[in-house]
Amino acid sequence: MSVLRIINGKVHDPVNNIDGRIKDIFVRDGKIVESVPEDSPTIDASGMVVLPGGVDIHCHIAGHKVNMARKFQPEDHRKDAQLRVGELRSGTGGVVPSTFTTGYRYATLGYTTAMEAAVPPMSARHTLEEFHDTPVIDKGFYVLLANNIFLNQLLEKGRMEEFREAVAWWLNASKAYAIKLVNPGGDEPWKGRKNSNVDQLDQKISGFDLTPRKIIKALIDVSNDLGLPHPAHIHCNNLGHSGNYATTLDTMRTAEGRRVHITHIQFHSYGGKLGEKPTSKAAEIAEYINHHPNITADVGQVMFGNATIMTGDAPLTWLLRNMTHKKWINADTECESGCGILPFAYQGHVYTHALQWAVGLELFLLSKDPWRMVLSTDHPNGGSFENYPRLIRLLMDREFRNEEARKVNQKAIANTKLLDIDREMTMQEIAIITRAGPARILGLTDKGQLGVGADADITIYDENENREEMFNAARYVVKSGNIFIDNHEFREDRHGRIYHVAPDYDPAVEDTLRPFFEDYYTIQFDNYAVDDSYLGDHETVKPYPARFEEAKVSMT
Amino acid sequence: MSNNTSVVKNAVCTFCGCVCDDMELTVDLDEKRITKAKNACVLGRAWFYEHKIENYPVALIDGKEASLEEAVDEAARILVNAKFPAIYGLSDTTCEAQKEAVAIADYINGNIDTTTSVCHGPTGMAFQGVGESTASLGEIKNRADFVMYWGGNPAEAHPRHFQRYAVSPKGLHIPNGKEDRTIVMVDVRTTQSASVADIFLKVKPGRDFELLWALRALVKGAALDSSVEETTGIPLDTMKDLVERMKSCQFGVIFFGMGLTMTRGRHFNAGALLALATDLNDYTHFVALPTRGHGNVTGADNVVSWQTGYPFGISFNRGYPRFNPGEFTTADVLARGEIDALCVIASDPGSNFSKKAIEHLRAIPVITLDPKPTVTSQLARVAFTTATYGINVRGTVYRMDNVPLTTRPAFESPFPSDQDVLSAIKERVCELRGLKHASNRMTRQTAKVAV
Repeated sequence: MSVLRIINGKVHDPVNNIDGRIKDIFVRDGKIVESVPEDSPTIDASGMVVLPGGVDIHCHIAGHKVNMARKFQPEDHRKDAQLRVGELRSGTGGVVPSTFTTGYRYATLGYTTAMEAAVPPMSARHTLEEFHDTPVIDKGFYVLLANNIFLNQLLEKGRMEEFREAVAWWLNASKAYAIKLVNPGGDEPWKGRKNSNVDQLDQKISGFDLTPRKIIKALIDVSNDLGLPHPAHIHCNNLGHSGNYATTLDTMRTAEGRRVHITHIQFHSYGGKLGEKPTSKAAEIAEYINHHPNITADVGQVMFGNATIMTGDAPLTWLLRNMTHKKWINADTECESGCGILPFAYQGHVYTHALQWAVGLELFLLSKDPWRMVLSTDHPNGGSFENYPRLIRLLMDREFRNEEARKVNQKAIANTKLLDIDREMTMQEIAIITRAGPARILGLTDKGQLGVGADADITIYDENENREEMFNAARYVVKSGNIFIDNHEFREDRHGRIYHVAPDYDPAVEDTLRPFFEDYYTIQFDNYAVDDSYLGDHETVKPYPARFEEAKVSMT
Repeated sequence: MSNNTSVVKNAVCTFCGCVCDDMELTVDLDEKRITKAKNACVLGRAWFYEHKIENYPVALIDGKEASLEEAVDEAARILVNAKFPAIYGLSDTTCEAQKEAVAIADYINGNIDTTTSVCHGPTGMAFQGVGESTASLGEIKNRADFVMYWGGNPAEAHPRHFQRYAVSPKGLHIPNGKEDRTIVMVDVRTTQSASVADIFLKVKPGRDFELLWALRALVKGAALDSSVEETTGIPLDTMKDLVERMKSCQFGVIFFGMGLTMTRGRHFNAGALLALATDLNDYTHFVALPTRGHGNVTGADNVVSWQTGYPFGISFNRGYPRFNPGEFTTADVLARGEIDALCVIASDPGSNFSKKAIEHLRAIPVITLDPKPTVTSQLARVAFTTATYGINVRGTVYRMDNVPLTTRPAFESPFPSDQDVLSAIKERVCELRGLKHASNRMTRQTAKVAV
């Protein structure tokens, strides 16, 4: 039985309306409890800030595409070694760190949960294998279903019952946490029509009597109907293109009031004409979301410096490749997905990059509800997760933000409202956009908070006016009730837990799936589903429609 | 044959990189052998039929029978006491075992390297230099109307590659199978595989790079001097025709083998081929894939990459991974006489490395893990007999296109798995080095790296 007291700390726990109050926290067997005996092991957090462990709602940390990106960039690892210390494994960092390094570095920042955002079902086994080697943090992944040929064939024939059963089957077979849509409908023209793409929601997808909108609507509906803890997680069409904010608004309208999550929305908030320089439409996007409580988003902030584009949106990566002429990866997965990878660097003097940086900050600061516009860099697409402390400082410190804005392309900054925004986020708001908000959007009710019964994932920082320095390295990190970082030193290595869903489905759907697999897949249907042995310590998060209603109420 | 038989359906063949997962194995449980392997190719049948449980000792130390515990202890001591130990092989074992091997290398500050360094290592290096447009094999089956093989002989090395993945199968957009595809074969000689080709190009030996570069030039629309015909042995008109077919197909693929990566030019050849496939994406969808040999060499690449950031040829001697093929690859550290202990898993460098490398192998303590005696195990200080992956051991393997599969063992082996042995060695290494529950671990300890 492990117990712990954390006393005298200044606690920020937005879920429980605790905003910077000195409060003691008690831990027993991995959970927050009412009290423990006074002679229990104690951390004196005087002069420190106590927060729930960070929750990353959207990052790319494990699986086939991540590993290709890792293998791809020895030049990036070389400068950033992670030493082995005791039994804690060594590794390499850079923009796409090795698995052990990923776990340790998330923990060092005070993050204890991270969700891998794009996994083709065929790569699920690979992703879970890497999760096994990603220590400390809890994790789960979203499975790519918006370019799934079998599902799209059901959709075009209007076989909605079977569609729903097949989606539920796929969630079970892959052990995923949520449904991911990437550039819905774009894979077929990319793979089958000489690298073309779709650009309108009502455009016919080549080879199908189907439109992106139908796919989007169907997957939003099925996520809600199955009562998944996290709604459909959408990477909209036209990522990165000037004028794409119209597509983003159109996608959000397609939800018709149902719950949906729009990811890395910064990349989808541009005005201007296609082929010309983008302008900012952050205000319009923020305005729409402010008025639509069914919508949540993460920002996908761009940070200056090295990044790696890695996405299921292969046509986008090809477009960028033809601009940068850098080394490039394309990786198609049969019947399920595309993928593109490209090393990239955001540079302050470049108009578009500076504009993207400013648009992200605008979205954070113009959004009225921090619970629904949460922090991400779409790691490593907008920059590494190791940029989070700096990003937090940009949000909390107006003077610093304006100083930084003055260092970059001024034409871009002038095309945004950034310098007119006075808002500085409070510690409580940071606790929301990095902890409580993402946990709520994910439906992980025991995370992102420090109330009795919550998971004892706790981060303790030294109070520091320089918020970048403060968030750069937690002084203590408690994961599932065990101290992992103790006064800036690693303690015993830990495995994290894997979160997944397992909605009920009618087994008869397998009779529909099997012949398709026999004809068009190259692995046997009976060898496709991932078995429980790949999960290790895990939790099956139950469908819970009531949770959505509850969340909806508290959002409004 | 006894009556005590069982049938394992959808079993996974781990002999070659095709990793066919549609085997139907009939197993004689009394005799502990496979009597029938339906759907297996000639290589697969040999792999399954020849697998019998022999009465070998589980471990030998200096050629004398030893207990598993004694051998684990001796192996751990050899590795811990060495100044420059290395671990090598890994392409014929499960990912679960590969993970343990990398962990040991980390804990002993040694080298980790796989057989990739002597087969598609140059492809790995070319990939790091120019990238790669690739696809899972089902995309080839469903879409590829232009299929090219370069420097490989799948008919003999990957017998079901044509039938299952790339030539004859019907797919979503290839309703008539082979009829809907153009098959091109490039090689220095006419192999058995050539008979399947619509177009066969006999390139002059050692001129692969020149031919690839000429094709790249033609794709880009550059004019070529006719001397290229003499250089490569291929008429210019044939090249032009080929390039037209490549540019106008719907979905093209080039598979390439060791005939390209292990001949003059090595990673330049692989790089030229990957760049050609990338260039063609200006016109159509085009991909390239190495045809990997061993059953789980692709898994080894993946595991080593996710744990260290690099695919092979890695040294942990500074307490973190560094990558340098040529410096840290096993054939080289052996030939230069640098390492003072070697642990070999599921590989036989004693039979196929250079004379100098083998001389050094004979001079240092060697540990082997293999289901059968090998040349290397015969000269090993510690030799473990382990269960055969796939046939006796459940675990994860990656097909040549990076698709992971879980094996379905046919019957139990009396021997421990590679993972069992390596895990035990790892634990013992940690004990000997006092690594468990060590204190004073800085969170932000970053090495100073000379750049």
